[in-house]
Amino acid sequence: MARIMTPFFWSLFSAGGALTALLFPVHLFLMGVAHPLGWIDAPTRNALLGLVRHPITRLYLFCLISLALFHWAHRFRYTLYDCFNLKNLTTTIKYTCYGGALFGTCVAGYLLLILD
Amino acid sequence: MTERPHYILHHPKLHRRTMSAWWWLGNWMFTKFALRELTCVSVGYIATLLLLQLHALGRGPKAYIDFLEMMKSPLFIVLNGVAFPLVLYHALTWFHLTPKALVIRLRGMRVPDSLIITLNYLVWIILSLAVIVIVGG
Repeated sequence: MARIMTPFFWSLFSAGGALTALLFPVHLFLMGVAHPLGWIDAPTRNALLGLVRHPITRLYLFCLISLALFHWAHRFRYTLYDCFNLKNLTTTIKYTCYGGALFGTCVAGYLLLILD
Repeated sequence: MTERPHYILHHPKLHRRTMSAWWWLGNWMFTKFALRELTCVSVGYIATLLLLQLHALGRGPKAYIDFLEMMKSPLFIVLNGVAFPLVLYHALTWFHLTPKALVIRLRGMRVPDSLIITLNYLVWIILSLAVIVIVGG
């Protein structure tokens, strides 16, 4: 099982790593720095709704959020093993990390589907 | 090959030196490695922010204003101030690691690492500007 799942999770990790490296700095810059500090005006709700309603934006956000979470899950799992020596909790850590990412993916799918 | 090797706490046959959970703090190379791995916390945090924003967006005008105000609170200014350099570090280390994980050959010649890294930076700049133009307001 591990021989199938490890490459699978690694591919999600690496896809998420590439996508977030390219896109997360600018997203956090806008949402967390430029908008709150007033450097750039935050979009109005209607403008943002209009943007997110588009199917391509929904697909973009779903992939971005889900892959980011699976990137986090995989890397955080090994960070706990390697950096913090928590090798005796492998099973708990594994299920919490990937389970959390799966849960977040479901939340993202739900939020994007109910948005109208 | 049927059984996978697994970790046994206090293995009777092996002597292991106990290692502090902070072993990576003593040496700058190790600290850089640990920092790089810890950037994933920032990635998870940003994904959560996007989820919160979507949630607020769907709930109505008041919830959306509340989200914008929440991002202006001192707590989130501090969190974002920590998360931003971490996610930048993730991006930079990722760009420099790609040629090591992804070896591309063209007509039997290996595409030089520097070219792949430069392309990463170019795509990064173009996409970032595109997101600012589209979302920026």
